[in-house]
Amino acid sequence: MKKKIISPLDLSTQDIDELLTLSDRIIENPQAFAHKCDGKILATLFFEPSTRTRLSFESAMLSLGGQVLGFSSANSSSAAKGESVADTVRTVECYADIIAMRHPKEGAATVAAAKIDCPLINAGDGGHHHPTQTLTDLLTIHRLKGHLDNLTIGLCGDLKFGRTVHSLIRAMMRYQGVKFVLISPKELQIPDYIRSDLEDGGFDFVEAERLEEVMPTLDILYMTRVQRERFFNEDDYIRLRDSYILDKSKMELAKSDMIVMHPLPRVNEISVEVDDDPRAAYFKQAKFGRFVRMALILKLLEVA
Amino acid sequence: MLNIDSLQKGVVIDHIEVGKSMEIYRALELDKLDCSVAIIKNARSKKTARKDIIKIEDRIDIDLDILGFIDPNITVNIIDNGEIVEKKHLSLPQRIVNVARCKNPRCITSVEQELDHVFLLTDEARGIYRCAYCEHQYQDHK
Ligand SMILES: [Zn+2]
Repeated sequence: MKKKIISPLDLSTQDIDELLTLSDRIIENPQAFAHKCDGKILATLFFEPSTRTRLSFESAMLSLGGQVLGFSSANSSSAAKGESVADTVRTVECYADIIAMRHPKEGAATVAAAKIDCPLINAGDGGHHHPTQTLTDLLTIHRLKGHLDNLTIGLCGDLKFGRTVHSLIRAMMRYQGVKFVLISPKELQIPDYIRSDLEDGGFDFVEAERLEEVMPTLDILYMTRVQRERFFNEDDYIRLRDSYILDKSKMELAKSDMIVMHPLPRVNEISVEVDDDPRAAYFKQAKFGRFVRMALILKLLEVA
Repeated sequence: MLNIDSLQKGVVIDHIEVGKSMEIYRALELDKLDCSVAIIKNARSKKTARKDIIKIEDRIDIDLDILGFIDPNITVNIIDNGEIVEKKHLSLPQRIVNVARCKNPRCITSVEQELDHVFLLTDEARGIYRCAYCEHQYQDHK
């Protein structure tokens, strides 16, 4: 496995298999892993705040017996004094065994990776890559559906700017028999380069404007938020907005074993009345995010 | 004085797309040369309707990667004793450094000035280059 995980595609399908299997083992017996990282230090370098992601990494390391240090915003870091990413990570490498970093600019983790020898996990570089989010999504599917192949996955909402959606499509394209259903307003359809990847790869995919129409076909529904300001005109927004809000009545159209995922935080795109539906998987996702980060840290530190 | 028609010794950069000669002049830093350099715009050509040509009255080393990146259809002729002694054909380079700048305002290169601007050839068939950091596609390329 590579030591610098910048993009989800830095992990081979074999790497992902191993990480998911290791995650299974951790979930079954967390105690067996409670001291695997004794004496090891994870540095969480968050040049922009993302409390949810940072806590997930820190919780993962603490659960392995390791310790954490770092900063949670650029204001409190050397970056505020104008230090480069390269210099910051070079210094931190002297204090930590593994680094997880988040930065508002795209490509920042690539810059960091070129400068250091210790393992590095990109915890988000602007709207670019966020591999542990993708791993979280894959573990969620693996745990709740039992397999990653032969699934019909619906992705709903802002498919144009949604990074998590692009990464998940790319990751799922590596498995046999996966069908994509892309549900979005016309203005927010997937970018051309993803569409040409799907076409070049001969993938089965359909694009739809309304969630209701495709709901019965889905094994997985991955929801993302559609922001009002992304619509080109108010008429379209009013006409379509309800199509991108998941509620009880739409859930009635879905298969009994479909799962609903969401990268969180949600605003109003999933009605709270859906939360108690056994098919709602979005809060479980956060739990799986911690386990899969534990697995990744173990693998990168070679202590698994 | 450089005789445009009959260069005795030097380099001819030929089949430049009309209007691109100044871009190439700047990219190859020909302004730094002491020898004569002639830029011929809108020359008649058999191959294409019109073209630009650059003639350099010295056997300088040309960075073929930069030229290949700008336009792989350009040809480079090395002239000695008034004759073409070598024709260099261009291809798309795999990697170019500090030739083009990433225009993505969200790219790390937009805030860290000391970083090299690196582009990688990611799709040879379509001639697509992407920033080595943010993977933004290089736009001015055909
Ligand atoms: Zn860039």
